Amino acid sequence: MSTLDTTTIAPAGTAWTADPVHSDVAFEVEYAGVSMFRGSFRDFDATLEGSALKGSARVASVDVKDEQLAGHLQSPDFFDAERHPEISFRADELTLADGGTVAGSGELTIKGVTRPVELQGRLSAAPSVDPFGRERLGLSLETAIDRNEFGVAWNAPNQSGGNYLGDEVTLKADLTFGRQES
Amino acid sequence: MRILAVSGSLRESSFNTSLLRAALEAAPDGIELELWEGLGELPLYDEDLETDAPDSVRRLREDWAAADAILFSTPEYNGSVPGGLKNAIDWASRPRLEAAALRNKPVAVVGASTGQFGALWAQQDLKRILGLAGARVVGTEIPVARAHERFDSEGRLLDGEVFAQLRLHLTTLASEAVAAADRVAA
Repeated sequence: MSTLDTTTIAPAGTAWTADPVHSDVAFEVEYAGVSMFRGSFRDFDATLEGSALKGSARVASVDVKDEQLAGHLQSPDFFDAERHPEISFRADELTLADGGTVAGSGELTIKGVTRPVELQGRLSAAPSVDPFGRERLGLSLETAIDRNEFGVAWNAPNQSGGNYLGDEVTLKADLTFGRQES
Repeated sequence: MRILAVSGSLRESSFNTSLLRAALEAAPDGIELELWEGLGELPLYDEDLETDAPDSVRRLREDWAAADAILFSTPEYNGSVPGGLKNAIDWASRPRLEAAALRNKPVAVVGASTGQFGALWAQQDLKRILGLAGARVVGTEIPVARAHERFDSEGRLLDGEVFAQLRLHLTTLASEAVAAADRVAA
């Protein structure tokens, strides 16, 4: 059994792993200066232990609504899946505040470049228990990065001015964790 | 290290083909540069032909896929890449992007023109096209302007600075190709 205290995200000493079906790791970037374009990664993992979160996503699993675009995103112009097949993340000390707000610093590695990021998010009010007695908790986090700092700098000029793709990318993880069976 | 050299010009005494011949001489030890000529034999890209791809297309895909890297030299036609070169890239980027000959292939571009900008626009477009085709585009453009003044009547490059640029360009391309090979082996 576990209850959440006010200092740790999940009970210490127990690993929680993300349920990939009920979790989502996504990105969004401004498109053509008028809308947000979204994509996600189908293959990822995340582990939570105490206040430490780590995870990785497979670049080859990038999911967008066009096959050609998915291929381009995996190419050297963007994520370069051949040389950098994974995007990884770790945050050693997330903090939980009143009302379920979560914040903290972490390290994100994209295309072989590791940079610090600041995260904000929310933790579900309390773990829920499914009919099989398995405990679950939810954690949503997001951060904004300048993709150029990670070498993901491809762009195309927009004839209306500026470029087609924004520089700032918001990364969002909506994670459902299950207590790892010991 | 085997690098293919592909000229976007079919003309017998093409400055771009001459530029690639100069690159053959400029290549540092350990780099074997080979002129690839087959652009003119390719049919216009047509997905209907994929069911039984013509020999010329098969040869293109096999040769380009087998090379460690490719150096392209492009003239500039109406401000961009010649149709024949674009057509070859279209064939080499199919049938599936993930399995295409150009996928992750280290490539670099050079270009020559008799004008004062040395096919710069064509080289910029070519880099963009190659990136979209999934290639690993290496290095900057090398615009060889006023090409008629830089080669002798036999097509030999007279400009030592361009020769040095070609050598450096090939070194950069080869180091990318080595890194790519290491990655595949790992």
